[in-house]
Amino acid sequence: MKWDWDAVSDFMPHFWDGLLVTLQALALGSLISFALGLVWALLMRTPSRWVRWPVGVVTEFVRNTPLLVQLFFLFYVLPEWGVTLSALATGVIGIGLHYSTYTMQVYRAGIEAVPPGQWEAATALNLPVARTWRVVILPQAIRRVVPALGNYVIAMLKDTPMLMAITVLEMLGQARLYSQEHFQFTEPLTVIGVAFILISYLASLLLRALERRLVH
Amino acid sequence: MSTDAPLMKEPDANANPPVDGSELIRLEQVTKRFGDNTVLDHLDFSVNAGKHVTLIGPSGSGKTTILRLLMTLTKPDEGTITVDGQQLFPAPEKQVREVRKKIGMVFQQFNLFPNMTALRNITEAPVTVLGMSKGEAEERARDLLDLVGLADKADARPSQLSGGQQQRVAIARALAMRPQVLLLDEVTSALDPELVAGVLDVLRNIARTTDITMLCVTHEMNFARDISDQVLMFDSGRVIESGAPEKIFSEPEHDRTREFLSAVL
Repeated sequence: MKWDWDAVSDFMPHFWDGLLVTLQALALGSLISFALGLVWALLMRTPSRWVRWPVGVVTEFVRNTPLLVQLFFLFYVLPEWGVTLSALATGVIGIGLHYSTYTMQVYRAGIEAVPPGQWEAATALNLPVARTWRVVILPQAIRRVVPALGNYVIAMLKDTPMLMAITVLEMLGQARLYSQEHFQFTEPLTVIGVAFILISYLASLLLRALERRLVH
Repeated sequence: MSTDAPLMKEPDANANPPVDGSELIRLEQVTKRFGDNTVLDHLDFSVNAGKHVTLIGPSGSGKTTILRLLMTLTKPDEGTITVDGQQLFPAPEKQVREVRKKIGMVFQQFNLFPNMTALRNITEAPVTVLGMSKGEAEERARDLLDLVGLADKADARPSQLSGGQQQRVAIARALAMRPQVLLLDEVTSALDPELVAGVLDVLRNIARTTDITMLCVTHEMNFARDISDQVLMFDSGRVIESGAPEKIFSEPEHDRTREFLSAVL
């Protein structure tokens, strides 16, 4: 087996296209999972079990079925119901929804870790409940959970290749396409492997910097 | 400390503060149970406006529970609670919010909001709840920080303050809401011994210079003796003895009071 630098440079334009898609999927998927996870976590704290119960069932279901199955479902079944989205949009929603069922548990732990005295002080000051959540509880809870959320971003990165299954040409999709056309597998797969490591590493550096800032 | 008197005497947003001496707080037949443990048993209890009342007694005797009931941090199982002529329990949520404006509380563990500066801790509720402008709230907050001797700590986070300083910010925060009643729940119990005096001095000053009603749970008997108009001795959820501090501390009538005082003094 020979390493062919020409194949690498030949692949690079495709690689950049794939990288852009991977990063888009990761960024948007993260945003959705952070926002939706918080919504789930808050809904699970409402007094009404008519809210908690369905949310609990749905999120439990999503968490315990494979992401790949969910992606196929969104991609092939939703259009039958008249909902047609681009492959990337479908992928972003799928991955964001899937991971939101994990981030909700992270938020839950963070919210429960805020001492009861904070709620009591807010009551003593007569702060409205919504205001208490927004300026007292959530800022403290979220600060605590940033490291855990960051870990899910890295896990999500490693799951982005699944989007290939619904025709999204992220990094692995591009590598596979190139390999099949040129019968050169080593170079493109190596390039994207290195790219995954680099992105993970950069993300973890970013995360540590963010953690340090949030400690104070 | 020259600004404190006018600061606290300004007109009260809650209107018509009761005339000194009239009844401000009334608990009637209040029972509170935690599981099988009856903490308060058909308690009748009242406090007149402007008075400084100290609750003493062994732990578990229900003192702190009374403060928590008044702050609506917990609900009684039976009975009624009235503050300034308005019912606090039982009452609809809207009314609870209104009546609660008259009450402020300082906690054993300070409970400052760690994500906010000292100043913001004090201004948050006046701006959000009382609708005060940010500028006015900050001006008042700085006056209050001055009152508690922390004028230079406005921008400090709670984590940058000592326990005593945090507690003094917490006192300022409670006063910023211009409550008629200030509940003090073992406010020096979590402090290092050398920090206790500073906090108690601030409270003595407030007790002397304002007409705020104070309801105080403490193990600092000298402080209780200094500021109290009335001392109530609690045991097993009932008031077993009450009277002026000189009387309770010098010639207690009840055996339990004598035992308790000899153990803590």
